[in-house]
Amino acid sequence: MTALLDITGLTIARAGTTDVLVSGLDLSVDTGARLGLIGGSGSGKSLTALAALGLLPDQLAASGSIRLEGVEVVGATDRRLRPLRGTVAGLVFQEPLTALDPLMRVGRQVAEPIRRHRGLRGDALAQAVTGALEEVALTHTERIARSYPHELSGGQRQRIAIAIALAGRPRLLIADEPTTALDVTVQADVLALLDRLVRERGMALLFISHDLAVVSRMVDEVIVLSAGLAVERGPVSTVLTDPQHEDTRRLVASARAVDDALEDPR
Amino acid sequence: MSAMTTRTPAPPRARHGRRSTTLIIGLVLVGVIVLLAGVSLLWLPYAPSDTAGGRLEGPSWAHWLGTDKLGRDLMTQVMIGARIALATGAGAVAVGAVIGVAIGLAAAFAAPWLDDTISAALDVVIAFPVLLLAMLIVAAQGASLGTAILAIGLAMSAIVARLTRILTKRVLGEQYVVAARTSGTSWPGVIRQHILPNIWPTLSVNLALQFGIAVLAEASLSYLGLGAPPPNASWGRLLQEAQATVTTAPVGAIAPGIAVVMLVLGVNFIADGLRERADPTRRRS
Repeated sequence: MTALLDITGLTIARAGTTDVLVSGLDLSVDTGARLGLIGGSGSGKSLTALAALGLLPDQLAASGSIRLEGVEVVGATDRRLRPLRGTVAGLVFQEPLTALDPLMRVGRQVAEPIRRHRGLRGDALAQAVTGALEEVALTHTERIARSYPHELSGGQRQRIAIAIALAGRPRLLIADEPTTALDVTVQADVLALLDRLVRERGMALLFISHDLAVVSRMVDEVIVLSAGLAVERGPVSTVLTDPQHEDTRRLVASARAVDDALEDPR
Repeated sequence: MSAMTTRTPAPPRARHGRRSTTLIIGLVLVGVIVLLAGVSLLWLPYAPSDTAGGRLEGPSWAHWLGTDKLGRDLMTQVMIGARIALATGAGAVAVGAVIGVAIGLAAAFAAPWLDDTISAALDVVIAFPVLLLAMLIVAAQGASLGTAILAIGLAMSAIVARLTRILTKRVLGEQYVVAARTSGTSWPGVIRQHILPNIWPTLSVNLALQFGIAVLAEASLSYLGLGAPPPNASWGRLLQEAQATVTTAPVGAIAPGIAVVMLVLGVNFIADGLRERADPTRRRS
């Protein structure tokens, strides 16, 4: 059986230079699996997420192989990849305020991918939008649908972003630091929401974060990235209790510190 | 769950009242000119070629703005001039916007070498004043209102293209464009849904300003005899004809002059007001 996302030997470099940002990364996510990708800032996590959908910025070049449900992404044309985006894999960004169009009402932003992927129009589309907003646990859906992003709270915006990522009913959800921009109480709500949605829909999850405490409650396995290299990988419990690499130890230590501070029984 | 229902405080709507006033003043000024043009289509005080009035008469009940050196009613001429001015402004902006936005988008999406080539070409065109460029085109094509509109529109399109290019590049760097593409939006979809709406607030203000410039350019072309040929009473031509008698019959020069100022000032005020309307973060909710 082919994996949903199968990355082998992925190297991302600035085009025309030897400035390597991700180096020889291997990663595989099967249907229904949950994988965490952790590392500090600049470790290449987000680039890996963008590369998986063939959306690296122009000045960066990927080599190696990325197969999205069997389709080779590296070197593929936009036309070839477009049908896969949102349907095979959806992406949730870190900062929902910049990931949403400031001049478009959020209802339309949710409606657009639903219309495109499911071919709905008119009343059926309006109902689907309401359904999508309810699914991400938003209340007052009518008022929210009429709002612009700046009129909503951070948590509401991220729920909207999640609704958009899920509009094409993807089989893989890539969440790139989805709670980092949110305050702690909202973080917990959004994580619980993601957890529920992934479970209910039987989606695979690639969860990207620098926060081991957050990752550990979302995924079963983790890969630790450091300066573009995968330095450690394994079940989350093993990595958490017996970190081998210096970077992992640092992440575990900071997660402990936060946990202690919160006196979280977990 | 309280966080879900709390709204972030609306950003301050600075100088909201003053901006609304600006828009209203602009609409009134332009409205007067539009009204003059509209009425002129249905009714004119006198036939445009009616020379029955005395020559160079001052304002009176029979001739509100007096008459010109041939005895024609000036009010009639100014009303017809309003028609021409508005047609020129709208026509030139339409030509400039369509061509300019197309070139600007093409440059923003083009490979770097092509982008550089287009940008360099635009800079060369922009280096020529709109009026000079329009004069060159009119000189080559012969004077007519259509040629004048086309010439002003083409000259304007370079400025619009450069603005569109830089605005588009800025929007292309925004994360919501990447986000839209992750959900499978095509490039044409991105242009229609995200780029055009997001460049519009700035672009529309510029187009309104360009409308004013087009009106001035047409008046200048006509003043130089390169605009609409007689008997079309363009404001520029009225000014030119009144020039010789400006000391004895100043109203002949003042009336079309004020009309030009009202229209140009009006669209500038509207441009300012538009800026706020197009930006929902500043709109009254």
